[in-house]
Amino acid sequence: MSVDLDELLAIGDRVAGWARDGEQIEAVVVHSKDTEIRAYEGEVEQLSSAETQGVGIRVVRDQRVGFAYAGALDDDLLAETLADARDNAGFGTIDEFVGLAEPDGVALADLDLFRDELASFPTDKKVELAIALEKASRAADPRISVVESADYVDSTAEGAVVTSTGIRAAARETAAYVTASVLAADGDETQTGFGFSVGRGPSEIDIEVAAVDAATRATRMLGATKPPSARMTIVLDPWVSAMLLGIIASTLSGEAVLKGRSPFADRVGEQIGSDLLTLVDDPTNPLAFTATQTDGEGLATRRNALIEGGVLRGFLHNTYTARRLGTRSTGSAVRGFKSTPSAGARAVSLQPGNATQPELIASVGDGLLVQSVQGLHSGVNPVSGDFSTGAEGLRISGGEVGAPHREFTIASTLQKILHDVVAVGSDIEWLPMSAAGVSLVVNDVTVSGV
Amino acid sequence: MLEESVIQRVLGTALRTGGEFAEIFVEDKRSSSARLDDGKIEELSSGRDRGAGIRVLVGETTGYAHTADLSEAGLRAAAEAAAAAARGNPGGERVVALTRVNAPAPNEVAIQPDTIEKSVKVGLLERADAAARAEGGAIKQVTARIGNSRRRILVANSDGHLAEDDQVKTLFAVQCVALGDTGMQTGYESVGHTIGWELFDRLSVEDHARKVARQALTKLNARPAPSGSMPVVIGSGGGGVLFHEACGHGLEADAIAKGASVFKGRKGEQVASPLVTLVDDGTWGEEWGCFAIDDEGTPAQRNVLIEDGILTDYMYDFLRSRKEGRALSGNGRRESYQHLPMVRMTNTYVLAGQEEPDEIVASTERGVYVKALGGGSVNTATGDFVFGMTEAYLIENGEITDPLREGNLIGNGPEVLTLIDAVGNDFAMGPPGTCGKDGQGVPVGDGVPTLRVQALTIGGTAA
Repeated sequence: MSVDLDELLAIGDRVAGWARDGEQIEAVVVHSKDTEIRAYEGEVEQLSSAETQGVGIRVVRDQRVGFAYAGALDDDLLAETLADARDNAGFGTIDEFVGLAEPDGVALADLDLFRDELASFPTDKKVELAIALEKASRAADPRISVVESADYVDSTAEGAVVTSTGIRAAARETAAYVTASVLAADGDETQTGFGFSVGRGPSEIDIEVAAVDAATRATRMLGATKPPSARMTIVLDPWVSAMLLGIIASTLSGEAVLKGRSPFADRVGEQIGSDLLTLVDDPTNPLAFTATQTDGEGLATRRNALIEGGVLRGFLHNTYTARRLGTRSTGSAVRGFKSTPSAGARAVSLQPGNATQPELIASVGDGLLVQSVQGLHSGVNPVSGDFSTGAEGLRISGGEVGAPHREFTIASTLQKILHDVVAVGSDIEWLPMSAAGVSLVVNDVTVSGV
Repeated sequence: MLEESVIQRVLGTALRTGGEFAEIFVEDKRSSSARLDDGKIEELSSGRDRGAGIRVLVGETTGYAHTADLSEAGLRAAAEAAAAAARGNPGGERVVALTRVNAPAPNEVAIQPDTIEKSVKVGLLERADAAARAEGGAIKQVTARIGNSRRRILVANSDGHLAEDDQVKTLFAVQCVALGDTGMQTGYESVGHTIGWELFDRLSVEDHARKVARQALTKLNARPAPSGSMPVVIGSGGGGVLFHEACGHGLEADAIAKGASVFKGRKGEQVASPLVTLVDDGTWGEEWGCFAIDDEGTPAQRNVLIEDGILTDYMYDFLRSRKEGRALSGNGRRESYQHLPMVRMTNTYVLAGQEEPDEIVASTERGVYVKALGGGSVNTATGDFVFGMTEAYLIENGEITDPLREGNLIGNGPEVLTLIDAVGNDFAMGPPGTCGKDGQGVPVGDGVPTLRVQALTIGGTAA
C-alpha cells in the first residue's frame, strides 16, 4: 500500500471532521517504510522490509481528554479508535487547561529533510553497502576477530497532524545509516566497539568512518584495567556529553516542572551552572539529525534558549504545560502516534568553546577521558539529580592520554556537574540522538574502581 | 485468527522462490492504560495493534516482511517481499500440511480486564493516590498507572507447525516524589502478572502505594552511597536483574554463536559458585515472562542453565537450534509482528539455598544491602554489567543501618558469579520487567533469594 502526504492529511481531515459540537478532535496519522539489512560473513544474514502505519486520536470534551490509537489506517479501525478515545474522555478529571493546539502564527522553518534518491536506490545496492561495511570493519585492524553485525538501515517517514481547532500540518523525511559492532581480541581478552555513519540518504553515508570508529573503539580498550577509586577531573567525549545534555534537557521539560519533578523548577533567572554553559534546543537546525519543522501537536518548531551563561532562561512546553504555567507553547510537543504529547527537547546543543580535545586534555594534566557510559537509564535519577553510571575511557596523565580503563563508575549529581564544568571544547558533533556532543571538562567527579 | 487454507496459501507464496523454511506470525493486541498524575486522572488510553510478519529462510539468509493488512492479498504481498529478500533455487509449489500444537496455558485468566468498567480503574487509582499522600506532607507527587493487555498470536510454519496463544497481562505501578531539606527523592514499584483483573483481588492498591511513599520518604534521609568495592547483600525478590545481566544475556545462543559472549565454550564448566542454580522458566504460572508458546510457536519450557555452579545449557531460538541440530528451548521471542524473533529470556531465577537471610546480613561486617534493583545492562562480550539500586542501605557491624542515595553498581559477570558466598532460603520473584535487546522490548520476570556477593563496585560518591 502506498500512501502520500495528501492522503495522510485527507485521513486527518476526515477524522477531525467527525468532531461533534463542543468537542475537539486531533488526529496524528503516520506512515513509514523501512529497510534493514544485516551482513554476516559476507552474506545477508537478515533483510527486513516493513511498512508501518498508524493513527492516534485525542478527543477533548467538557475539559476532559481521552486518547486511543491503532496501528493501521483501515476505515473500521479509524471509527473504532475514535469511539474508544471518546469513551476514554468521559473518565478524565475535569481540567480547565486541557485543550488542543491552535495556530499560533509561527512560520515553519525551511528544512529539507527528504531525499528523492532513497526511493530509487535499489535493494541490491543496499545489500552491497552492508556487505562492504562488514568487509571494511574486518579490515580496519588486524585485531578485529568478529564483526558481530554490520547493518544498513533506511526509512522514509511521513506524518500529518490535523485538528478541529485549525491545525493542519504534514511533514516527511528520509534517513539512512550504517552501523557496525565488532569484537577485538588479544589473547584471551575480547573488547567491543561500534561505529556508525548517518545521513538523509545513502549518498551521505561513509562506510569507512563507521568501520574505523568501530575498530578504534574496540581496540583502544584492549588491556584495560580498573582504575583506583578517587575524586578527579574528567573529560567527557562528545558521545558521552550528548547523553548527559539529553538528560539535563529532560529536567527542563515543562511537564517535569509543573508536576514538581524537576530539580530546576522555580529557578528561572538563577545561576544553575558554570557561566561557560549556554544551552539551546533548536529542532530547526538542519545539522541536527532530529531536526523537524513541526512538533507533535502540529505547531512550528523553534529555537528555545534554556541556559545562557549558566543562568536558567526557561523550559520547554507543549500546549497543555504552557497553559498551566501561563505561557505559550514552545513547539516542544514530542510523541509517537501511540501516545499523547509530552514536552521535551529534540535537538539541544551547548555553545562550543575554543579548545580542541587534545588542548583540554593537556590543560587537565591528570584525570580520565570518559569515552563511553553504560547504564544511564538505571543510574541517573532526573528527579533527585543523582548521577552514577558505568564508564570506560583512558587515563590522562601529564596532559596526555594513556592506558585504557574499564569497569568503573563516575558519580556526582546533575546539579553539581553543571557547576563543575570548567571548560567546553570547540569540537561540537551532531549525533543521532536528541543532543549534540562536545568535549566537556568536569571537576570533582567520583570515580569508583578498585 | 486466520483460516488454515489462507495460511497454507501464504506459506506457499513465501516458499515460491526456493525458501527452505517459511513462517507466518499473526498478532492482534489490545492494550489499555489508565494513569493518574498530579492528582488528576490524566489519561485513559486504548490501543490496537494487529498485523503479521512473514519470515523466509534460505541458507544463512533470513528475509522478513510485515504488514498491518491481514487480507489474503496483503499477506501474500508480504510473503512475496520476504521471499524476494531470501532467494534460493525456485522449486515449484510446496504444499504445507498444518498440525495444530496444543500447548498448555500457563494459567487460567479468571477475569478479562476489558470487561471491567473504566470507572472501577479510576477508583483504584484515586485510592492509591490518597493512600500515598496520607503517608506525609512531604509526598509532593504521585503517579499511579494500571496497564492491561491482551495479545493473541498465531504462528504457523512450513514444518507444518501451527499454534496459538492468548496472553493477558495486568500491571499496577506507583511512583512517588518526596521533598525534604536535601531535595527530592523518588519511590517506585510495580506489580505485574500474566493474569487478568483478579490481580486486584489479592493486591491492596493502598498498601502498595503506602510502600512506595515510604520508600521515597526514607530516601529523604539517605546519605551518599559509598564509592569503591565492598560486599553486597541482595535482598530476596529485588535482585534478579543481577543474574539477568551478569550471565543471562551471555547464555543466549545468538551471542554464543558469534563469539560475543564470555560464556562461549564453557558448557560443563564451573562458571559460578556451587551455591548457584539458575533457571529460565517460561512455564511458570503467573509470572510476567510466561506464555503457552513462544513467538515461534514452541511451547514454553523450564530450562536449567546453571546447576550447582556448572554451566548446563544455553538458551535457543529456532534459527540457532536448527543450525546446531538440537532441541528448541522455547526462548524465541519478539516484541511484535514488526520484529524478527531472537533468543530471549523468560522468567530467570536463582533457586533458594540453605541460609537464613538474617544470618547473611549479620555475618557481613561492612557492606551494602540492596533491597530493590532498578534496570541494568551488560556487554556480553566482556561480561561487564551495571545495574541501578533504587532502594539500598548500609550494612555496618552486621546490621542494616542508613538508607543510601541511588547509584549504579558495576561488575564483571564471570567474576561476580564466583564471588557469591551465601544464598538464602527465602526465594521470591521480583517485579515485572521489560528486557531490551537490539531495540526490542519483551516482558520478563526474575527472582532471587537473599544472597551475598563478596565484592562489587559501588558507584556512589562517599569515601
